[in-house]
Amino acid sequence: MELQQPFSLKRFFLQWEWMLVLIFVAVNVINMNLSPYYLDAEGLRDATMSFLDKAFIVLPMVFIIILGDIDISVASIVALASVVMAVSFQAGVPMAAAMVICLLVGTACGFVNGWLIVRFKELSSVIVTLATMIIFRGIAYIILEDQSAGKFPAWFKFLGWGYIGEVPFMLIMFVLAVLFFSWALHKTAFGRRVYSMGNNVTAARFSGINVDGIRILIFTVAGLMSGVTALFLTSRMGSTRPNVATGYELEVITMVVLGGVSTSGGKGRMIGAVIAVFLIGYLRYGLGLINIPAQILLIVIGSLLVAAVLVPNFKWSPRAR
Amino acid sequence: MQSAEGPKFVLELKGIHKRFPGVRALQDVHFQLRPGEIHALMGENGAGKSTFIKIITGVHQPDEGEILLNGEPVSIHNPKDSQHRGIAAIYQHVTCYPDLSVTENIFIGHETVSPLTRAIQWKSMHEEARKLLAELGSDIDPRTEMGALSVAQQQIVEIAKALSTKARIVIMDEPTAALTKRESEELYRITLKLRDSGVSVIFISHRFEDMYRLASRVTVFRDSQYIGSWDVDKITNDDLIMAMVGREITQLFPEKRAEIGAELLRVENLGKVGLFSGINLTLHQGEILGLTGLVGAGRSEVCQSIFGILPADAGTIYLKGQPVRINRPSDAIALGIGYLPEDRQKQGLVLSWGIGKNISLPMIDEFAGTWWLDEKKEGSVVRDLADFVKVKAGGIETEAGTLSGGNQQKVIVAKLLGTKPKVIIIDEPTKGVDVGAKAAIHEIMGELASQGFGIIMVSSEMPEVLGMSDRIAVMREGRISAILDRDEATQEKILEAAMAANYHAQEPLRG
Repeated sequence: MELQQPFSLKRFFLQWEWMLVLIFVAVNVINMNLSPYYLDAEGLRDATMSFLDKAFIVLPMVFIIILGDIDISVASIVALASVVMAVSFQAGVPMAAAMVICLLVGTACGFVNGWLIVRFKELSSVIVTLATMIIFRGIAYIILEDQSAGKFPAWFKFLGWGYIGEVPFMLIMFVLAVLFFSWALHKTAFGRRVYSMGNNVTAARFSGINVDGIRILIFTVAGLMSGVTALFLTSRMGSTRPNVATGYELEVITMVVLGGVSTSGGKGRMIGAVIAVFLIGYLRYGLGLINIPAQILLIVIGSLLVAAVLVPNFKWSPRAR
Repeated sequence: MQSAEGPKFVLELKGIHKRFPGVRALQDVHFQLRPGEIHALMGENGAGKSTFIKIITGVHQPDEGEILLNGEPVSIHNPKDSQHRGIAAIYQHVTCYPDLSVTENIFIGHETVSPLTRAIQWKSMHEEARKLLAELGSDIDPRTEMGALSVAQQQIVEIAKALSTKARIVIMDEPTAALTKRESEELYRITLKLRDSGVSVIFISHRFEDMYRLASRVTVFRDSQYIGSWDVDKITNDDLIMAMVGREITQLFPEKRAEIGAELLRVENLGKVGLFSGINLTLHQGEILGLTGLVGAGRSEVCQSIFGILPADAGTIYLKGQPVRINRPSDAIALGIGYLPEDRQKQGLVLSWGIGKNISLPMIDEFAGTWWLDEKKEGSVVRDLADFVKVKAGGIETEAGTLSGGNQQKVIVAKLLGTKPKVIIIDEPTKGVDVGAKAAIHEIMGELASQGFGIIMVSSEMPEVLGMSDRIAVMREGRISAILDRDEATQEKILEAAMAANYHAQEPLRG
């Protein structure tokens, strides 16, 4: 029996990820031609930081969508974690401890999602996270009502605005996170199990895979990463309100799906979603520079999304592994 | 073989070839269907029957060859086209809309509508559906939800649907595989009725009884090739088996008996509310313990609870004398208990994955290096396992979903063996498997037993239970009603233990 299919150049290039790279290059070329300010290194660098906060949630969301699930409560978790952190700090908790609380709140919220989904099998993840989306945001409003909280110590600004050498701190953290999540998804037994669950959860269970445990873990990690996003977002804004991060869940899901991760589960790769993060980020920045209204941008992103969902259905498309 | 003169045949296929990447699915296949006959199509899994059917129903186009419908050459472009030409197919796994009514299922795509308002004429459709069903001698209420019917009843509805489209050729793909004996009788009656009304039927089945009861002609495929067609009353059983497997099967069950060793597994008073209770079983090394009973008696549930899918809520499981707790399948696998599920496609395989990744799934931890999966090691281990069970496929990256049923079963066996179990639980090992693969699977089971594995075999096939088991446990209504030694077991005793109390309420076993 043969060990492997021979490497095929055609198959290699006919991947959705290459399509994304092409669009990414096209976006940059168009931006450069449209605005003389686009290629300004500092401007580009700062622009990168402005969309990187939510990118941290994209990474666990890839896992969730590969499982065939979805989590629309992430933005509410960001808000709740951020608000709890701010309120704790104002109540006298040291900032470092408040940051840990922020991450813990996120993790706890994620765990609640995972536990509910596993415990009540008749509920789909959309319904569960729709409910917790409302609940988490509601709690944030109860805690802070319609006010803002802030006055963080000066060093907290470093998270969202700081540089190490010439490189934004946030970008370094994001690259590390990408490496970790890609490794977990593509290079470990754990990742293999996640893919098997996305393809056939019954067969995965009969193969001795702890499907409930993995699901809870992944939703919990999504909560944790929402907490990380809360840190960076709060640091960038300098203060927080219960309505922060509104709409993040859809932006994050858009990036994941545009990245070629199939919503029916079991297919897609981390690299695609990461490319999609930068693609959407620079598209937004470039169109913003030449004063194109945000509505047009939405139409462009929506069209790309339709293409992303359609293209894998064509016959030539390779099956993601 | 006689040649066709005029429209002597309602359907004739000549020299059909079909290739898929890496596989020759059909090679020079011929077929002739006479008006008003039931024609049995037989062959092992993977012999090309399914591809053949897909060509007739327009799912695939032949690469070469000719299709004649009533003597006229035609090409069938798609399933709809095939339907328009009066061809209907009824599959083993009924393809229906479970939440819609029987009427809706029958008329889907050709509903009766009012000429004026285009509104659906429910009343006349229900009436028409009732008539069609009555023609088949069935009193199913056309307003029932399809999902509420048994598989057998759903098949009857499918046949009614074929009638409603005025089909002249009906293809039945293993319709009796999921039916009890009594339901099969009902299907025979309806199929004969269909024939008497002038419809030609192509009947695919692994069961000889089906063929003898129904068909006048039989065609055999083997290894994607046409082997021959015969009148049913002019061919012997042995010749037919020979045609199908290409060799003589002298004995159906391996004769060699394994040495029975020490106790391996014991369950005491195992129970799960609503499913079974007070189950006591012992399994020794080298022993094959048959577990039989009527469908629904709780056999699979007991096994799934030993494997941790349905953890028991009463009783104890002992492995080599030590009490163990099994709360999930990974516990069972770690203890050396393997389970081969009944439903290959749903429970056994990730169909969109290659053979290799399927086999390695339960033992994937073994390939975890310090940092990442050792895919090289995985590949070689998996290849050895696939070769050991003799999977026939292009390579280990061949998608499991493209394999034949017998090969899929082999992949699952390889997957099971990879976890190095001591106790193997096999749920209906040869359900829907052809004669040749059946013998191969029985041989593997005998081989495993002689190597000291303990095997629990759930089966509804009486000859298999009697032929393979060292001891036979019979279940009735969630309890064990008898444990018989190989020497004392007879078909009658097993049936008696399986049904005793409510003989009339339940369907008898397949003999």
